[in-house]
Amino acid sequence: MSEPRSSDETLDRRAFLTKSIAVAGAGVLGAAAPSPATANDPPETPPWMKAPGAPLGPYGQPAKYEAKVTRTLIRSQPGTTGTGAARTPLESLEGMITPSGLHFERHHSGIPDIDPDKHRVLIHGMVERPLVFTVDALMRYPMVSRIHFLECAGNSAPMYGATPPALTCGQVHGLVSCSEWTGVPLRILLQEAGVDPKAGWILAEGADAAAMSRSVPMAKAMDDAMLALYQNGERLRPENGYPVRLFLPGYEGNMSVKWLRRIKVTPTATMTKDETSKYSDLQADGKALMFTYPMDVKSVITRPSPGVGLKGAGLYEISGIAWSGNGTITRVDVSTDGGREWTAAELVPPVLPRAITRFRQAWRWNGAVTTIMSRATDDVRQVQPTREQLVREHGTNVIFHYTAIQAWRVEANGEVKNVYA
Amino acid sequence: MSTRDRATGRSAPIVALAVLLACVGCAGTKPVREGPNLGRAATPAEVAGWDISIAPDGTGLPPGSGTPSRGAAVYEQKCQSCHGAKGAGQPNDRLVGGQGTLASNTPVKTIGSFWPHATTVFDYVRRSMPYAEPQSLENDDVYAVTAYLLQLNGIIGENDVMDARTLPKVKMPNRDNFIVVYPTKR
Repeated sequence: MSEPRSSDETLDRRAFLTKSIAVAGAGVLGAAAPSPATANDPPETPPWMKAPGAPLGPYGQPAKYEAKVTRTLIRSQPGTTGTGAARTPLESLEGMITPSGLHFERHHSGIPDIDPDKHRVLIHGMVERPLVFTVDALMRYPMVSRIHFLECAGNSAPMYGATPPALTCGQVHGLVSCSEWTGVPLRILLQEAGVDPKAGWILAEGADAAAMSRSVPMAKAMDDAMLALYQNGERLRPENGYPVRLFLPGYEGNMSVKWLRRIKVTPTATMTKDETSKYSDLQADGKALMFTYPMDVKSVITRPSPGVGLKGAGLYEISGIAWSGNGTITRVDVSTDGGREWTAAELVPPVLPRAITRFRQAWRWNGAVTTIMSRATDDVRQVQPTREQLVREHGTNVIFHYTAIQAWRVEANGEVKNVYA
Repeated sequence: MSTRDRATGRSAPIVALAVLLACVGCAGTKPVREGPNLGRAATPAEVAGWDISIAPDGTGLPPGSGTPSRGAAVYEQKCQSCHGAKGAGQPNDRLVGGQGTLASNTPVKTIGSFWPHATTVFDYVRRSMPYAEPQSLENDDVYAVTAYLLQLNGIIGENDVMDARTLPKVKMPNRDNFIVVYPTKR
């Protein structure tokens, strides 16, 4: 593990801050070539200063100039419109929070239109008192607010393929998003119902047309599970489970059942379709791992990345995200020479457990072809594996839990390509 | 409290309430209702109407029964347009065959080659299928389609009747090839 170097390509952050002045205009991705002068440039006064602007509005929208920043690779099963996934455009975002409208989507039979006044949550099974809750009732319970990522177990699945998919960062890895979630700790509701000490699991079921259901260990249900009602300060978006969803920090996204309508306390796992035939991990020998819940430590460089290339040699900031379902990110190392030398990147506060952590690394690109990559470590000392290591251990038929180091090759013309390295 | 709670800054009264509730849970005695208690009692009829999940031991299976031959008729009418003739797949998931392929470079995961529990077939068909009209099939029809899919996969015979007693006893071919890793690490 090498220390940060100031003479070569990866730079100490202080060097970036001072030296960037010397290369002003080249320090920002995509801004190397000066824009052609317009009538709005100094010394002229631009027209938007010569008349009052638009009126106030009830609900803000992104700037119209950002209309290209959308969820991508929106795919639905044949003959359906709402059964599939849409991915967060990671390469267009910064910081740790995903805007609610760009949070990834994964549905198994579309998005139900649920009137919160008509929605109910039933808790039953191995309890003393089966209970029915209205949404209004849930809103009166004590709440917690936590910033956590949510990642689909099938995120990055195209990377198991024989050749690296020619896709953007978000199209490959965009089934991860990060929000502030606010809701009621599930244990409060379970304790009110009176859980039989012999119960080991719960079954959570959604009110969508798939009645999507998953089993959750009682230990998790009593630990940090919540019935989330708010996302990023406002009520959940319909595609994220409005009016109430289960949220299980760090666990594979499918288990955080949306549109939650029922919790059954059970002695064992129910063995639903989505925990047996799906979301189990087929290994090379034909056996399948079952109940692989935490999303393991992972990171990816979001800029530069395919479609977000470099424009000429000079000083750049490498920016990326890291996360772990097992805890807190403690370190992200960045290599700009194909993995020979690594430099510890800056972790941007706040660095929270089971949340996306932004990392940054200053880099002077000399214009030559090279490969850049990031490698995350968490506080249970898990280190992100190489693709070769991951495939050696689990094979390529897994579909789920792809966590390997992502390599991006930077071509001499500044274009960035997905490669296996 | 955990570091998570500290990190996100719970307000003091809520922490106090949560601690109280957690301590009630730790006591090992009969739980006391210390929460806001805003749930109302669910009646047995309400629970019965919503409790559609089926456990591997058959818990939850309803009365009724079905045979492969009756299931073939239901399948052709309700399932075939998405899953192909005799479960061959296209345009959506293949349901039949694939046994012996799981360790190959092109595994074919179907009910017959992969699913560990026959009860899951009943549970999933009843809750989610047909795609455009879930929870519309009668229990007899769900048993029949389940029987048909098991028979197409060579798991039960043409004349075997599937009901609450027989279905949980069906041993799926891939049953023993799952490795449960919770709570240990992958």
